[in-house]
Amino acid sequence: MPAAVAALFLVLCALVQPAGAQQPPQAAVQALATAGFGAKAALLEQIADSGEPWARPVLQALLDGDLKMRKADGQVVLTRPSADGFALYDPIDGQELGQAGRFDLKRLAINNALRGQLRTLIATLSLGDPDPARRRAAVRALYDEIDPAMVARLRDRQAAERDGDVREAIDIALALADLKSGDDAARIAAAEHLSGSVEPDVRVALAAVAQDTGQPDAVRAAARRARASSDTWVSIYRGIETAFFGMSLGSVLLLASIGLAISFGVMGVINMAHGEFLMLGAYTTFVVQQWVPVNWSLPLAIPLAFLVAGAVGVLLERCLIRFLYGRPLETLLATFGVSLILQQAVRTVFSPLNRQVATPDWMSGSVALNPALSLTLNRLYIVAFSLVVFALLLAVLRYTRFGLELRAVSQNRAMARALGVRSARVDALTFGLGAGVAGVGGVALSQLTNVGPNLGQGYIVDAFLVVVFGGVGNLWGTFTAALSLGVANKLMEPWVGAVLAKILVLVFIILFIQRRPRGLFPQRGRAVEV
Amino acid sequence: MSLPSWRREPGGVALLVVLGLLVLLVPLLNLAVPADSAWHVSTYTVTVLGKYLCYALAAVALDLVWGYCGILSLGHGAFFALGGYAMGMYLMRQIGERGVYGNPLLPDFMVFLNWQELPWYWHGFDHFPFALLMVVLVPGVLAFAFGYLAFRSRVSGVYLSIITQALTFALMLAFFRNDMGFGGNNGLTDFKDLLGFDLQAPGTRAGLFVLSALALAGGYLVSRAVVRSRAGQVLIAVRDAEDRARFLGYRVEYYKLAVFVLSAVLTGIAGALYVPQVGIINPSEFAPLNSIEMVVWVALGGRGTLYGAAAGAGVVNYLKTLLTGALPEVWLFFLGALFMLVTVALPLGLAGLLARRRRVA
Repeated sequence: MPAAVAALFLVLCALVQPAGAQQPPQAAVQALATAGFGAKAALLEQIADSGEPWARPVLQALLDGDLKMRKADGQVVLTRPSADGFALYDPIDGQELGQAGRFDLKRLAINNALRGQLRTLIATLSLGDPDPARRRAAVRALYDEIDPAMVARLRDRQAAERDGDVREAIDIALALADLKSGDDAARIAAAEHLSGSVEPDVRVALAAVAQDTGQPDAVRAAARRARASSDTWVSIYRGIETAFFGMSLGSVLLLASIGLAISFGVMGVINMAHGEFLMLGAYTTFVVQQWVPVNWSLPLAIPLAFLVAGAVGVLLERCLIRFLYGRPLETLLATFGVSLILQQAVRTVFSPLNRQVATPDWMSGSVALNPALSLTLNRLYIVAFSLVVFALLLAVLRYTRFGLELRAVSQNRAMARALGVRSARVDALTFGLGAGVAGVGGVALSQLTNVGPNLGQGYIVDAFLVVVFGGVGNLWGTFTAALSLGVANKLMEPWVGAVLAKILVLVFIILFIQRRPRGLFPQRGRAVEV
Repeated sequence: MSLPSWRREPGGVALLVVLGLLVLLVPLLNLAVPADSAWHVSTYTVTVLGKYLCYALAAVALDLVWGYCGILSLGHGAFFALGGYAMGMYLMRQIGERGVYGNPLLPDFMVFLNWQELPWYWHGFDHFPFALLMVVLVPGVLAFAFGYLAFRSRVSGVYLSIITQALTFALMLAFFRNDMGFGGNNGLTDFKDLLGFDLQAPGTRAGLFVLSALALAGGYLVSRAVVRSRAGQVLIAVRDAEDRARFLGYRVEYYKLAVFVLSAVLTGIAGALYVPQVGIINPSEFAPLNSIEMVVWVALGGRGTLYGAAAGAGVVNYLKTLLTGALPEVWLFFLGALFMLVTVALPLGLAGLLARRRRVA
């Protein structure tokens, strides 16, 4: 690779042989301080052709207005804003040259012509950068404006380029240049080449050609076709994005309802305080963040939230719910009372206002897959997290001793007891597990919504509907229901708006339950009778 | 199970006596007794009491379905609010040109939203009889459609409770939308008069109070007649053993549907009486919490007694007024504890407590 870069520099140097290389390049930088605009142009070429590693940063600094002259001795310095004015650096070797105030410095002036020249020079230099991402960025910077000299350089570069992404970017840049050239055949070919690209610059350029009545029909038709194909791709990516949003909403629903799938689905307990377990998890995150740096808070908050919510769950089961087994409607009322108390407790302890839960750096930002499709990181993490939680829960139920006992008790309590399972303990732990999983879901929710006393209220109806829709007692049903409802909701949103989409989903579920009262995947066999 | 006659049902008699006394005394003490007298009942108190009476009527209606037919509806707040909205729409139309924008045709919020004409579903609400019809019809039709689907496919128990909750939740979301044409977030308010009577006048308030008391008495008597009839026996059979009632040849879903619709209509009437007294109806009346609060009134009072439900509504709401005024922090703790206490310790409610004491004595 270094050999290739060196070869490239030689090529470039050969291409743009400087008019006069009468002074060393370091002197050229210093000369910028006094030169007029015309003279500067020549100096810039000379700096660019020097092949020195500092050439590009110096040109960039000049473009950005960071290259200044120290008034005291007339020396050209590189400046960075600091607490008291500017920190000064030597433009050549980067040595620190102390501090200076705003009035001790004079910015090196450039005009628009020089700006254009600088951009081209920087792009040319960046094309030789060893880092492919920088080369690609340099090429992309040329999309909206490119001069013929640059086109020639790009063509050379195209042959030497090894990196696929950069080659593709160069292809696009050249095709865009062709699209603006005078030759009809070249323009048609360029339009065909650009067909389907979702780069915003390409789309604008294609639309401009397609609408330009000064162009021959063949060219316009080609541009129109290319643009139409691009539109198709954009809508496909938009569809993918919508599906992703739906997935993320679905995984939020999954996290909110999966704990309920255990307490309601497996134990038959209508836990109206389920939403408050989510809330407890979210508040645990808040408390953890008061003590631990934000970036480390989530890995700590997840187990803690599980323990906090799980402990409250076990307590609730021991003190209240065990007296109400077999009376589902009474359980509903009693746990609703618990939810009111938990809400008011949070209101009293924390405050009735929403609490700020910070998002760690590693969760913020987004991944741009292409210019038309970027996925936000926090949603990606939550999708992944919900899948992990779901898989763990399945594993616990299937492969652990506790899971075995849980399934035994839920299928045939009397038989399980006869075989020595302590069903009361299993009940408490099962309810605790459901509550703990809800707490873990609350940690995830704290990254998406406001953390306040009403957090749980917003999810309780949804959570019940997901569980009922999926079929009580069936974790996979809950999984399918959560994801399909999430996607359906997001699919409808662009058509009817967020609120109406939600209403339609609710109405759909209400009607669905009429058709299939036991959900998508009804339980069969003896368990149904319980 | 033998049905109690009046002689063996002192609670019901007590309810009617209390209502009779309220109808006679409260307007008198409010209107005829001078304001500085110790016996004077303020118009504010009259309004608050009137509110309790509306809640009590809703509670009786809910007890009719839950206590006698085993249908735990967590969406009765929806019927209450729909009745209220129907009345609110009439009151809105009565404002006429007296709104802030002075538009003779459109309510203020429509002018604010730049609407040019009245939506079709607002037509007719300037006629009081039409509005009354809608008070009965809208909750009734919704309950009929919902109940027809749900009972036909034998959705029952917890599932039914959850979808009734979803129903009221969906309605709340819908009514929060400005496009629905029901005033969105703010709902309907700023009412001026009802049939020409100024809503702020003490006389009107007292009149509404009397009407509420009569409606409660009427609702109670109708419900009692229903549950004491042959059909009422079937309802109880359905509650206790739905499959067995079906196997005996009863069309269970029709009985359920009929009682559900009746209950919804009574609740709608309660809502319609409630709105002119409190002066506002907004989408938060659809909130699931409101419906569940209704359930706790019935549970506390004692379900399956009707009069107990009315008493429960009165007690809980009196405590609510007291506590939210004095110690707002404590109210939800109290309500929550009440839910737990009633379900664990008082499954038969206050009425059950009284009945037990009577048996012991």
